[in-house]
Order: sequence, then structure tokens, then C-alpha cells
Amino acid sequence: MTRWLDGAVQLGGPVALVVAVGLVSTTVSAANQVYFLNALVAVAIVVAIYVFVGNSGVLSFGQISFVAVGAFAAGVMTVPLDSKKGVLTTLFPLLRNHTIGNVPSLLLAAALGGLFAFVVGLPLMRLSGLAAGIATFAVLEITHNVLQQWTKIGPGATTLSLVPESTGPLQGTLGAIVVIAVAFGYQRSRLGRKLRATREDPQAASGVGIGVHLQRLWAFTLSGALAGFAGALLVHQLGSITTEQVFLELTFLTLAMLVIGGLTSLWGAVVGALVVSGLDSFLSQAEQGVHVLGFKLDLPSGSRLVCLGAIMALMLILRPSGLTGGRELRLPRAWRRR
Amino acid sequence: MIVAALNFQTFSDAIGLGAIYALMAVGIGLVFGVLRLVNFAYGQLIMAGAYTLAYTSSWPTWASVVTCFAVVVALSLTMDLVVFRPLRGQSPAVMLVTTFAIAFLLQSVALIVDIRDGTLGEVTAAFSALNEPVKVFGGDVRKITFVSIAVAVGALLVLALLLAKTTIGLHTRAAAHDFRTARLLGVRANRVIAFAVVLSGLLAAAVALMMTVSQPFVTPDFALQDTIVVLVGVVVGGIDRLWTATLGGFTIGFAWGVINGLLPTDKTVYLPSAVFTLVIIVLLLRPAGLFNWGRHAAGERV
Repeated sequence: MTRWLDGAVQLGGPVALVVAVGLVSTTVSAANQVYFLNALVAVAIVVAIYVFVGNSGVLSFGQISFVAVGAFAAGVMTVPLDSKKGVLTTLFPLLRNHTIGNVPSLLLAAALGGLFAFVVGLPLMRLSGLAAGIATFAVLEITHNVLQQWTKIGPGATTLSLVPESTGPLQGTLGAIVVIAVAFGYQRSRLGRKLRATREDPQAASGVGIGVHLQRLWAFTLSGALAGFAGALLVHQLGSITTEQVFLELTFLTLAMLVIGGLTSLWGAVVGALVVSGLDSFLSQAEQGVHVLGFKLDLPSGSRLVCLGAIMALMLILRPSGLTGGRELRLPRAWRRR
Repeated sequence: MIVAALNFQTFSDAIGLGAIYALMAVGIGLVFGVLRLVNFAYGQLIMAGAYTLAYTSSWPTWASVVTCFAVVVALSLTMDLVVFRPLRGQSPAVMLVTTFAIAFLLQSVALIVDIRDGTLGEVTAAFSALNEPVKVFGGDVRKITFVSIAVAVGALLVLALLLAKTTIGLHTRAAAHDFRTARLLGVRANRVIAFAVVLSGLLAAAVALMMTVSQPFVTPDFALQDTIVVLVGVVVGGIDRLWTATLGGFTIGFAWGVINGLLPTDKTVYLPSAVFTLVIIVLLLRPAGLFNWGRHAAGERV
């Protein structure tokens, strides 16, 4: 009974937060809604990264390459056919002459992200520590370079625009919930527990017969699929995208969100994503002047990024194990003991 | 075939780039040795130095250079005091992500300072004469290439002497090998770390001087891409030891220059892909570091 309840709280907490953000987003003006949608997409991306990094304990800088692949696949395939022929003239004929709907594009992005992660992970998951971090970073650089230059598969260095903006409050909330639910299901499964065992002590885990390489590969593939899916949510939210938007800055920002929330828990990933994107939104409002508790707060322009960097550094210095301490959400002790 | 495609100029440019990257690798490797911290914000030290040179370009050259060194070393020490010290002993992931945040912070500050005059970017002019070419073996070699190589070799020699012959150097080597035992034997942690941080700041200032010769236009993301490439090179070479890290930095700079010369002109846009594919292959074959013979990768825990 308690076990079941623990599980319900661990899944219910993050889902409730996401639903709350989704509901609030429907009550605010269209100009402010974008902040809430940003937060929901950030949750999807950070949880996707968490599935690999949090469960395996191996730092990866490469998950944004799967976000990029998902975003560009979903984006290119959903640009309406009549405008596509005029704008994206250099594409392969197969891509140029077909267009798919919103939901198929999300599934396609997830499939491509997962496939790409599997192929990359097959050799790379043998590495660990800094070598793994740098190798996955190399994947990010290569993905960015190819997406930016190869105009047969995408828009190249120009902006991909005219993508249907279908990630509203409903799709944003549902998408984030799907990613959270899959991440939750995985970490409670046999595979997830095996991987967590390798995180705590790789030697002991392989001593009891767990294949470290194989377990990491499953998580990397699943994380790649979720990241591709999150990329599709992102492109459908923005409507237009360049390769620079899914490169270094997003990598560092999402990793910072994960570490600030608490690297080793799903709750931490969700809280970190929401806190940092909430902070970012608040600061960009403050640049234009905002009323807080009766005071008028008006930051000089350009100070948003300074404040964001300073606050992130401060949170990491003061709470190095993250806002949640890397623990899942639990009921207060008095309730659990009954 | 390969030799034919590689003319002397490409070769010398590649060595010049490698020399600068080797200095950056030493700066990063020194701090990693004593703190186990990968300092992603190292590029922002160089950027700060470059801005100092740009803003003092009307001063006499010596004053400008001295100010540059002073600013960078002060910034480096401040970074240690405010950021690295509270984080000592934390997990590598937390330290690395914190230096991302610091890099981000310094870059945003630079942006605000820079656009006060309404335009992005400042120009340095102190050593532009070093861009003039000299004829060597029928090829044009810029003077700065010789200066870079000379400075790199000189700095590495001085550093090697410092580490080998002085007491503080001995302490630093002991701390890099095993920090806890070194402290038990009477090595003062703060002094050793300050020594490494000051040296790495001096190197950053020297790199800023040399980089602004070939890239006189300074923007907030100055040296960012180079830092990333050097970090990759340091890990590829073997971050556990200073000389393997340095060789790694040199190698990736050299490889960058040589592959740039080897690729056909219409394919040079794929240069990053070529270099990073090579990086992945090397990491898979020698995960503990390209030059790290006879040692195995450190424990699996992250």
C-alpha cells in the first residue's frame, strides 16, 4: 500500500505542477502565454535529458542533438506543401513533396531521435566520465554542423519558418505529461533499477550480472526518443527555428536546470526546469518594469542575463545537490507511517 | 599526396594555432590538477583580457599590457575566491555547470559594457604590426606565428622549471597527484590553489595578447569557441596529467589547422564535423587519453 502511494505521489507531484502551469497559461494574455509554453517545453527537454543523465550518472552534452534532429524533422515535414515548394527548394524530392500532420510529426521526431541515439550510443556508451561527456559533445558539434550546412535535409543556415504553431496550452501540457510518465515508468521498471544500480557502483553492479554498457544504451536510446519528441514540441511552439537555437546555449541552460533542480530525481528535473524558466520569464518582465508586492521593479535592459547567470551560480553554490536534493517527492513522514 | 597538399603556410599556421591552444590547455590543466574542476569560464578570462587591451589601446603599449595582465589575474583570483572555494569537493557535474553559469554571467556583463557606445565589438590595435608576413622557405609566415611559438615554448619552459625546482611547484605537483595526502604532509591547500589560479590567469592574459593580433575585433563571445575546442583537446590528450593535457591542446589546434588545409575548398564548411569525428574515434580507442600510456581510465564514478 505504501509503495503504491509513494509511486502515486512521485508521478502525481510533477504531473500536478505541469497541469497547473498549463491551466494558468490559458488564463493569461497571449503575450504572456509564451512564457508558460516555454516552461512546459523546457520541462519536456530537461526530463528527457534526466532519463539518461540522472539515471546513469554519466554526464552527456549530446542530448540537445536529438532535440535538434526532432525539431528539424518535425518542422520540415509539417511545413504546408504549397509553401514548401517555394521555400525549401533544395530538399530531397521525398522530403519536398510530402507533408504530414501534427501528431505523426511528433511520433516521427521521437522515432528519429531514438534511432539516432541508438546508433550513436552503440559505440559511445562504452565510455564513462569526462571522456563520455566530451564524446557526446562531439556528437552535438557534428549534428549542428551537418544540419547547418546540408541543405538537402533542411533549411541549412537560414531560418526554418512557416511551421504550424500547434503547441498551445493543451499540446504543451499533454506533451510534458507524456515525457514525465515515460520517464517515471522507466525508472520504476526493471531496466531503470538496473541502470540506477550501475550509477551507484558500476563494479558492484557488473558483479551481480548487470551489463553496464547495455543498460546505458537503453537509457540513451529512450532519452534520445524523448528528446526528439520534445524537439518537435519546441518547433511547433516557436513556429520558426534556426540551428543556433538548438545548440550550445540550450545545452548549457537545460543542464543547468537539471543540476539546479537535483540531478538524480524526476521531481528535481521538473522543479529545476520550472524554476529556472520561471525566473527567466520574471526577469524579462522586470526589464520592462513589473510591480512586485507594491514595489515597482525596473531592471536596466540587458541585466536579465546577468541576473540569471548570477542567480543560477548562487543556487549551485548554496545548494550543490539541487533544490530537491536529488530526491523524489514524498509525503510528510507522519502520513507515510500510518 | 598528403605532403603535396599540405603547403608550408598551412603547416606553420597550424603550429601557431597549436601553440596558443597548448598555453590554454596548460591554464585549464593546472586548475584541474589541484581542484579537479573543469573551468569552462576560462575563455571569459581571455575575453576580459582582450577587452582590457581594446579599452586601453590609446595608452602606451607597456601600460596596456600590464593592465591586461593585472585585470585577468585579479579576475582569476576573484573567481577562485567567490566560486571555486565554496564548491571544493563537490561532484564534477556541479562544478562544471557552475562554471557554465559564471561564463554566461561574465559574457552578459561584457555585452552590457560593450554596447554602451551603441555598437557591438571593440577593436584592439596594439600589435597589429605582427600580422605582417615574412618569407620563409618560399612561403608567407606571419610574424605572430613565430611570436606564438616562442611565447609558448618559453612559457612552458618557465613553468616546467617552476614546477620542478621550487617548493611551491613541488607542493603543486604533490597536490595534483593526491590532494588529501599532500595536505596531511603539510602542503597548504589555499596557497597551492592560489598559485595554480594565478599561473592560469597569467597564461590567459598571454593568450589574450596573442589572439587579439589575428582577431583584433573583440566581441563578448571572444575565445569561447577556442575554449570549447581546447577543453575537448585536453580530455582527448589526457586531463589527468599536465603534459598530456598540454599535448592534447597542441594536437587539436594543429589538427584543426592541418585538416582545414587538407579538405577541398567546397568542403571546408564540414571542418568541425571532420575534427570531432576524429575526436570520437580517438576517445573510443584511448578513453584515458591519447598520450596517457600505461595508465587506465580513472574509476567509473561521475
